[in-house]
Amino acid sequence: MTAHSTRLGVDIGGTFTDVVLETGGASFSTKVLTTYAAPENAIIDGMHQVCTKAGITPAQIEQIIHGTTLATNALIERRGAKTALITTQGFRDVIEMRTESRFEQYDLNLTLPDPLLPRQMRFTVSERVNAKGEVMIPLDRAEVEELAERIAATGVESIAVGLIHSYLNPDHERLVRDVLADKLPGVSVSISAEVSPQMREYERFNTVVANAYIKPLMASYLGRLEERLKGEGVTCRIFLMHSGGGIISIQNAADFPVRLVESGPAGGAVFAAHIAARYGIDKVLSFDMGGTTAKICLIKNQTPKTSRVFEVARTYRFKKGSGMPISIPVIDMVEIGAGGGSLAHVDAMRQIRVGPESAGSEPGPACYGRDGTRPAVTDADLVLGKLDPDNFAGGSIPLYPDQSKTALHKHIGGTLDMDATEAAFGVAEVVDENMANAARVHAVENGEDLSEYTMIAFGGAAPLHAARLCEKLGVDRLLVPPGAGVGSAIGFLRAPYSFEANRSVYMKLSDFDGPRIRDLLTELQGEATGFVRTCDAVSPILSEFKVYMRYTGQGWEIPIDLTEEQAMNPDAATFQARFEEDYAKLFGRTVAGMDIEITVWSVNATTPPEKVTPIAAQPATDAAATTGTRDIFDAASGAFAQADIIDRTTLTSGQTITGPAAVTEDETTIIIPASRTAMRQPDGCIDITAGGRP
Amino acid sequence: MTHSTVAYQVMWNRLISVVEEQAQALVRTAFSTSVREAGDLSAGVYDTQGRMLAQAVTGTPGHVNAMADAVAHFIRRIGRQNILEGDIYITNDPWEGTGHLHDITMVTPSFHNGVLVGFFACTAHIVDIGGRGFGADAQSVYEEGLYIPIMKFADQGTVDETLTRIIRGNVREPDQLIGDIYALATCNEIGHRRLIDMMQEFDLDTLDGIAAFILDNSRRATLERIAALPRTSAEGEMTVDGFDVPITLKVRVTVNDDHIMSDFNGTSGLDKKGINCPLVYTKAYACYALKVAIAPEIPNNAASLEPFRISAPENTIVNALHPAPVALRHIVGHFVPDVVFNAFDQIVPGLVPAEGAGCLCNFQVSLRPRTDAPAPADARRSEVLTFNSGGSGARPEFDGLNATAFPSGVMTMPIEATEHAGPVIIWRKELRPDSGGAGKTRGGLGQYMEVGAMVGHEFDIQAMFDRGQHPARGRRGGGEGGRTTIAQDDGTKMHVKGKQFVPHGRRVVMAFPGGAGYGDPAQRDPALVKRDLARGYISPEAAARDYGLSETDIADILAAAAKGETF
Repeated sequence: MTAHSTRLGVDIGGTFTDVVLETGGASFSTKVLTTYAAPENAIIDGMHQVCTKAGITPAQIEQIIHGTTLATNALIERRGAKTALITTQGFRDVIEMRTESRFEQYDLNLTLPDPLLPRQMRFTVSERVNAKGEVMIPLDRAEVEELAERIAATGVESIAVGLIHSYLNPDHERLVRDVLADKLPGVSVSISAEVSPQMREYERFNTVVANAYIKPLMASYLGRLEERLKGEGVTCRIFLMHSGGGIISIQNAADFPVRLVESGPAGGAVFAAHIAARYGIDKVLSFDMGGTTAKICLIKNQTPKTSRVFEVARTYRFKKGSGMPISIPVIDMVEIGAGGGSLAHVDAMRQIRVGPESAGSEPGPACYGRDGTRPAVTDADLVLGKLDPDNFAGGSIPLYPDQSKTALHKHIGGTLDMDATEAAFGVAEVVDENMANAARVHAVENGEDLSEYTMIAFGGAAPLHAARLCEKLGVDRLLVPPGAGVGSAIGFLRAPYSFEANRSVYMKLSDFDGPRIRDLLTELQGEATGFVRTCDAVSPILSEFKVYMRYTGQGWEIPIDLTEEQAMNPDAATFQARFEEDYAKLFGRTVAGMDIEITVWSVNATTPPEKVTPIAAQPATDAAATTGTRDIFDAASGAFAQADIIDRTTLTSGQTITGPAAVTEDETTIIIPASRTAMRQPDGCIDITAGGRP
Repeated sequence: MTHSTVAYQVMWNRLISVVEEQAQALVRTAFSTSVREAGDLSAGVYDTQGRMLAQAVTGTPGHVNAMADAVAHFIRRIGRQNILEGDIYITNDPWEGTGHLHDITMVTPSFHNGVLVGFFACTAHIVDIGGRGFGADAQSVYEEGLYIPIMKFADQGTVDETLTRIIRGNVREPDQLIGDIYALATCNEIGHRRLIDMMQEFDLDTLDGIAAFILDNSRRATLERIAALPRTSAEGEMTVDGFDVPITLKVRVTVNDDHIMSDFNGTSGLDKKGINCPLVYTKAYACYALKVAIAPEIPNNAASLEPFRISAPENTIVNALHPAPVALRHIVGHFVPDVVFNAFDQIVPGLVPAEGAGCLCNFQVSLRPRTDAPAPADARRSEVLTFNSGGSGARPEFDGLNATAFPSGVMTMPIEATEHAGPVIIWRKELRPDSGGAGKTRGGLGQYMEVGAMVGHEFDIQAMFDRGQHPARGRRGGGEGGRTTIAQDDGTKMHVKGKQFVPHGRRVVMAFPGGAGYGDPAQRDPALVKRDLARGYISPEAAARDYGLSETDIADILAAAAKGETF
């Protein structure tokens, strides 16, 4: 992809649409407000801005890569199409009954989120496939035809088909699709065996329903976007970022729009992975903190960790289980309600709590002076000296420290008998601890030791908190890249073409069937490669093989990477050895005498990662020039200390900074605590390390 | 070294995070479906006196509170002088653990610089412990399986191989159980390591300071909540099916200055079958009911649980003593909150829900090759346990939850996973219209299930249901919830409890109970009645009978729903 010299990355976020143009080795970016009614307008606007900056015309753009939260927002705000579900008789309520449990046990007034489709839009057919994939009750075409007429009366635009055990035998789902195509030609149809061929009916049905629900909306948007861009003189192809960290064609995106969910954050992870590759770092923790949430991702060997199920649209304090599960390949991220706007209060135990409620942009934190009276994280940062009240957002938003102090006193300090500084310290420590705990739990779940990791921080609020997080997590090195405000859009430009195909098929190692495995993986490889070929006809395509394995009887599978050789010449002893190796790493020991089984098979087809130019070792030159000093609270020592203030734009490669210090730029401020020193790298990254001078 | 309030607060958060990691590790490594799919487990950290400081939010209330008392028993039984670095302790004592032999509790002492600083404990529900198998059929605890008194599983790092051989020799799935025991040990180890990291980071030699901080704040906050209640007392009562004879649960809840007492005097005596409940498990659910009502956000620890006290005469069904059979103690335990709510509703009206399905609607099927005719060669034996829920009771402001566990915290399993576990077929699992009690707010719907076997198999079903004769009763004019029914598909009657044979080719058809309604149905928001009719939560008959909807209205709503109107 380096062949493309002029490329445009576009990320539609909740507030801003970020546009990045790279041409001839230079990069131009802009942020414009997202235009909800017609999101393409912001793209066109942003595209013209960066083209003008670069002095080119849209016709010279050779490739556009787009990621968007539109799919996610449509699910959260329930703005999808009129949709129906056709499912197996006896299972009409799977998407409503969920796991039959309460995600919060200590709330008598808990309400569960409504399913995407109300009960009257869920229809059944008599048919049944068993757990071996055999048909027990054949599907009658005439029954489906009759049902199609009933469904037509509801005026649906889209239909999801999810039948029991269809991941093992998709024949019935395909028959339903064929009948619908015949009877209801204008209606779009999604079948679960294609959208998410994985065992577990709740996840699979919910995923196919979500896909059907947003498909008309996304197809129409993508069609309009293509037209509008053409109208503006764009002649190149447009691709979409997907949640798994790769890019797919606009047509595949329109067919499987549920794969676009989380494309923005995926771009951020790819951005961090690319920086990791530049520095040759194998273990990276990416940390993205914005106004309302923080996201944390583990990146090993310059590849973000992926998962095959995640939860979207959490309705209850970001709590696990309060959203809806989507089983698609996705970059595995922890998201918690911790951002600059997160509000703080004191609870019944006289403990400070922060988030997930957020002040948003209106009224914003108390310090914005827009009638916000409750203290937010940004207020704490201001009182602790981490922000300069006169130079926030390049001086465009004046901040009022007195308002912060008043809010902190009223809601925290007064109750706990603390002065404003201690209250602010408490708020900052609590939010940092929340994020650190989320990172720790995530690391434990993945059998990783964070002290071996390097953090890469981006997003508006991350540089203010990242170094303290590193202190808490025992992370010695922190990189803050330039362009961090548009990180996701830059990430899009670094992503390969990729598509992951997967399927649930149970196999015990005691019933190991080599030829069948080879056939299955070859089929998945063909399917995945086919998708990638529609994007790129010439590049070599690599296949990454992964199986999910567990001890028979366990409910939690662990992903095992296989080499092409291991996948194509499958042998039980190798599979067992690979499983035991990874299991022991995750959980400390293996279990003797238990059979092992494989539950899910997956092949990710991808073009090779973009070649990176390694950063050459940069010797330290001289100390960076300071523009002044300011007292900044140092959390580790629990006291204010005089800190140097440095303007990031004046830094040159090799210049060093000794903490405590603050590096300012328009978008954010990087805090370097007393425990760290920093150096500017040739690519503009601020490289912050524990202890002595780098 | 002294620490600031902020530092202590960070440590408290950290401890809660540590036990959560501990619990997650258990979910991921356990073998028993009850743990890994259903979340029937618990994990916590304790100080050197055995006082619980923090407990994972993952888990179910029956463990949450019962485990709080367990560590003190371990300290007493093992003896302080015998608590050594590298030890791991174990028990499944129903009275000193969490209520039945099927719960294994493991405790690990935590040493820092050679000094005992605290304990980690965790509990998991395992699928088999030998004996008669999981069910109510035993006459005494001796028949219910292997009993492991509080003892050392590992002594200074060396596992007691004699014990593991005895365990292996007495259970049906020895590899699974030993796997689960190691999973429990591992999860304590993970907690221990993270605790030591924290102690190093904050330069702590002991947990005394942080323990005092946690317990003082929790006690004060809990007592504030109790102080806000009227100093009064009220009685609640509820009768449920039981095994052969109905059981009446009776409680007097009294609000005192510094505690709330739940006294179960007047409750039925022991049952002959294994549905009796040790006091520790009754206490767990009585305490859960009051805590969720008045102090839901205060984390569980020794101090926040202590003000919720309980008493019950010995050998009532809520205070079963050794050697009463107790395997299915959850049935009575899960009904305790409803009866406590019946009393508490008179103390603070308008806070607690109407009665609900109560106990989980679990059943286990034991499949085997058919015996009435030659079985196919691939027919096999298999045990499959499923967890299912009825509807919860209507709340003062909200409808009850459809097919959702309350008070238990466990999850159901996907039927596709269940069908991979054995030659069982789940033919139906969906909501049961008209089973939610009518009311201003409606009770949650129960569910239908139909279960059969693959061709060539017959099976026994172990039914563990209730509310067949005694449905959930409404509050303040609300209607009762639907009753449990169970029969074979040819009409053959079956019992709500006990092991029953199902011949080849037959299915068991079950309807699980709904929650009761709250308030006068006439006051229900008409928009919600229409919505319920359009969704099919209520039938046209119920809409007319319970909510007075006219025939024309009903016809209009159904016609609009058929045209896709969503209401």
